[in-house]
Amino acid sequence: MKNLQKLAAVLMVVMVVLCGALLLTHEVSAASEGKISGTVKYEGTPPHMRGIDMSKDPYCAKANASTSPHMENVVVGSGGGLENVVLYISEGLSGPALSQPATNVPVFDQKNCEYTPHVLAMDVGQTFKVTTSDQTAHNIHPNPNPMTGNIPWNQSQPPGAPPVEKSWKAPEMIEVKCNIHPWMHGWFAVVKGPYATTDANGNYTISNVPPGNYTVTAWQETLGTQTAKVTVAGGAPAKADFTFKGK
Amino acid sequence: MRITLHKSLLCTAAVVMVFPLASLAQQTKADFEARIGMESHIGHVTGHAKSAQYDYRRYCVGCHGDRGDGMGENFPWVDPKPRDFQLGIFKCRSTPTGTLPTDQDLSDTISRGLDRSNMPPWNVFTDQQKADLVAWVKHFSPRFASEKPGTPIQIPAEPEVTADRIKAGREVFARVQCWKCHGVTGEANGPSASTLQDDLGRPIAAFNFTEGSRPKCGSSDQDLYRIFMTGLDGTPMPSFADNIKPDEAWDLVFYLRTLMSEPSKEKAIAKQLGLKPVDTNAPAQPSGQQ
Repeated sequence: MKNLQKLAAVLMVVMVVLCGALLLTHEVSAASEGKISGTVKYEGTPPHMRGIDMSKDPYCAKANASTSPHMENVVVGSGGGLENVVLYISEGLSGPALSQPATNVPVFDQKNCEYTPHVLAMDVGQTFKVTTSDQTAHNIHPNPNPMTGNIPWNQSQPPGAPPVEKSWKAPEMIEVKCNIHPWMHGWFAVVKGPYATTDANGNYTISNVPPGNYTVTAWQETLGTQTAKVTVAGGAPAKADFTFKGK
Repeated sequence: MRITLHKSLLCTAAVVMVFPLASLAQQTKADFEARIGMESHIGHVTGHAKSAQYDYRRYCVGCHGDRGDGMGENFPWVDPKPRDFQLGIFKCRSTPTGTLPTDQDLSDTISRGLDRSNMPPWNVFTDQQKADLVAWVKHFSPRFASEKPGTPIQIPAEPEVTADRIKAGREVFARVQCWKCHGVTGEANGPSASTLQDDLGRPIAAFNFTEGSRPKCGSSDQDLYRIFMTGLDGTPMPSFADNIKPDEAWDLVFYLRTLMSEPSKEKAIAKQLGLKPVDTNAPAQPSGQQ
């Protein structure tokens, strides 16, 4: 049995090296960078999003007095556009586009006792910032699976707290919660390489994509994932539209 | 394009065919075997995982389980649930949130036990036995093989308790809003207390300062300081290291003593001052300004 496992491990290593070598032959220069864009739609009647009772924290209730806060698990805009879908390249990337994390610092704000944005996408190793605009205490508590290499942490952010700056080690869709306000629920969508998140109309554009053949994955927190094959040629943006059907 | 597709298909197929044999998904006996050489270093004592096998089987396995995943045969009857050592996430640490505890931290937990749980203090063990068990606990998690423990937080020398410090501690308690869970009187009845869950989604209670029980991660002044500055990972208790300065942290420790039922110098001073619980309707004070 032991020998068999050793053999398997050796075979795996050989295979991975071979595959790596094969894929590397297709590395392209990042000089002429393209885009992938498209629209993500929701088909059918959008599911009911439960309302949120914030009365336990008068600050939160007051901040939302003129709106009716509700869950944001599936947000469908007018025209059927699906918001908060993360799009990333799941296959075909190589070279610097894969190995160099983006340098901009995306911000995850706690505002009116909700997360803005609800889903924050980022590259593996990319620094992001958690801020608070609220005059009530939050604790920011992402809960990744430590087996991936991403380690959970839990930090308080009372009113006026300085931003928390962090990054993640591995691709993973990480749930974020505030234990003080149990309705607060968001995501850190950690992916490898360039990414985009759909706006209120379901539109997205992934920038800085070197020419090549790719698989684009669209991830939605409750509806799952879909993939599409695209070819990015120098100059012209590639198109990939997705439709998630209601259950 | 077609060639690339063929190549990647071939690779995928080949990897998928071999993958089940390698079984990398779950922590298995083979993974543990590979880490059996794990050591711990506590003071002058070096612990060896291998040497703890007998003690673990004799004293720990009933709750913590064969694989260290907290699924021992007592699991269904125990609350709070035994720790899952495979995850490498521990409440009681001297290190910042999101980092591994030191060997000393793990040894301290074994010695101290965890109040209000089924984990008793294991002071009957010799230092060598404890060190061996620490190494054994570490060998269950791949994290201890690849990561170093965090750098323990610095705890400055404890200042003299004064009325001013207790009053300042009360301000810290109000500002960082400890009362959201622990309640203004420390009775664990804050507005968020009833909905608290641990990282595995199980209900969990905030610490009640008033009923005479000991905090899980120790009850000395230094322990209290450490608890709120590192947070208790795996639970709703966050780290306040970014929001409480070292000097303020001591003030808060003194104020927490006034909420506890045991007689203390702090409690006597608070009584003299006629200190009232914090007012949650007072406007929030921005942090870091005094």
